[in-house]
Amino acid sequence: MGMTVVEKILARASGRDAVRAGDVVEPRVDLAMSHENAALVINQFTEVFKGTGLEPKIWNPSKIAIVFDHRVPAESPKTASNQKKVREFVAKHGIARFHDIRGDEGGICHQILPENGYVRPGAVIVGTDSHTTSHGALDAFAFGIGATEMASVWSLGVALNVEVPQTIKVEVSGRFTPSVGPKDLILHLVGLLTAEGANFRVIELHGETIRRMSTSGRLVLCNMTVEAGATSGVVPGDEETVRYLREVAGVKDEITLVTPDNGAAYERTIAIDASTLAPQIACPHTVDNVKPVDVVAGTRVHQIVIGSCTNGRLDDIAAAADILRGKKVARGTRMLVFPASSRIYQEALGRGYVLDLMKAGAVVMNSGCGPCLGVHEGALGDGEVALSTTNRNFKGRMGNPSSEVYLCSPEVAAASALTGVITDPRKGA
Amino acid sequence: MAQVISKLDDDVSTDVIYPGRYMATVLPTETPQFAFADDAALSGKLRAKEVPPGSMIVAGKNFGCGSSREQACSCLKGYELTVVARGFARIFLQNAINLGLDLVTAPDVEANEGDELEVTADNVVNKTTGKTFPVVPLPKARQAIIDAGGLIAYTRRRVTEAAGKA
Repeated sequence: MGMTVVEKILARASGRDAVRAGDVVEPRVDLAMSHENAALVINQFTEVFKGTGLEPKIWNPSKIAIVFDHRVPAESPKTASNQKKVREFVAKHGIARFHDIRGDEGGICHQILPENGYVRPGAVIVGTDSHTTSHGALDAFAFGIGATEMASVWSLGVALNVEVPQTIKVEVSGRFTPSVGPKDLILHLVGLLTAEGANFRVIELHGETIRRMSTSGRLVLCNMTVEAGATSGVVPGDEETVRYLREVAGVKDEITLVTPDNGAAYERTIAIDASTLAPQIACPHTVDNVKPVDVVAGTRVHQIVIGSCTNGRLDDIAAAADILRGKKVARGTRMLVFPASSRIYQEALGRGYVLDLMKAGAVVMNSGCGPCLGVHEGALGDGEVALSTTNRNFKGRMGNPSSEVYLCSPEVAAASALTGVITDPRKGA
Repeated sequence: MAQVISKLDDDVSTDVIYPGRYMATVLPTETPQFAFADDAALSGKLRAKEVPPGSMIVAGKNFGCGSSREQACSCLKGYELTVVARGFARIFLQNAINLGLDLVTAPDVEANEGDELEVTADNVVNKTTGKTFPVVPLPKARQAIIDAGGLIAYTRRRVTEAAGKA
């Protein structure tokens, strides 16, 4: 009986020859990531050791990564104090993979981890963030957990009581038509599966379209698999995985790819022809409320957001700059751009994209989560509409329950910035 | 037996249960004040302490979808609520088990605000309508954590055992 990618990873990490869906295992953790919510993890971690007579000790500080991104720079004394508490803990426990608020090595955790070579094929990665699914783009099993569960990982170095998930195989064929790409594919898939269609399951991505796709695009796909409820998304390792790790992430040591066995058992297989997709929009207030752009074209937009762990990478910013260069963001619409990391920001500066965007009227902010989760900046007024390349449009997501959020690709966002209404980038302004 | 204090739809996200702007508040002793902060009726009821421990929220499919923020569980745990839903999102379910928030999965459950429900190991009985709905048990994989009284206690035991062996 063959194994899927995640079954193979879990078998290795739990010291078994084979596992299959439904088995309960205790895999060793290769990377444990937290952001500002490390403040709560620290609290729970301290609780674990209370009354034991033992000094709180992290099983292996070199396997922990902490990245400040949700509220950077701090928006309140409370956040600043939480960040201060985390900094002190990081110093005390010798956590080297710490990314503070900096213009050289800061950014969003789901970009920092891959671009620094922390994510490796075959790894078991846990993160106190639901979009930890992103890292499956590099052939890892990566999933979100809560802060108390992370405190347990910090203490023991294993993920407790993991039930090996069923895997859904998604086979993507065909070439994207112009102005259509990975974001449209994943929105379409979430719409197809529904918001709970992959709950407790892994989505394994296959097919010529995925093979041709850059890691940047694969990160978009895996990032949003959680919007269908998936425990994780995963792309089996290939030449592109190795290219990214060597050329972008600077990995020097040996890379061992994990690919599924012939005859691996999938719960089901879904086939998608990418050439038939139009630009897709997720409409308020659920991510699975997905429609082709022409259904909602013309909807007035007050704020455009390009950024986030989903679509704040260099190719996303380049796509926006190409559309906006020499043109103007419509009056009455504001446009905010958040590069996913300081490194990407610097590259965007070097290539002139930041200047193109600013001259068009966009505001280019520092790297971070920005308005995506409504805790920091870029709040919406009552009744206002945002069109955003982020990953969630739940009621109140951007901080105001009487506003609306539509989700789209960078191309749709940029084309709509020029007109002030939701616009099909294939038709232009 | 306990009363349903609120009936909610499918796909109630953690942004609705515990809005992002309160995420800098992390301690379980402090999070309950922000539970359902943008739902004036429900948060008003909770904050006025009109609900006795064990009171129930009934929801549709995919309750707790979205963010992994644990505050979405600790804020409900603070009121000792029971959440009866047609289904729960994975991370929320695990967080609830870890923190000891009482969850009941009943895929067909039908109840309205004000109904009285009785939960047994196998069924949710709506005493108001007289209808019975089967319960799906919590994942067996997590039973050891439930038995230990939550993940902190379970991990503490494991850490102590490991130190004893060393």
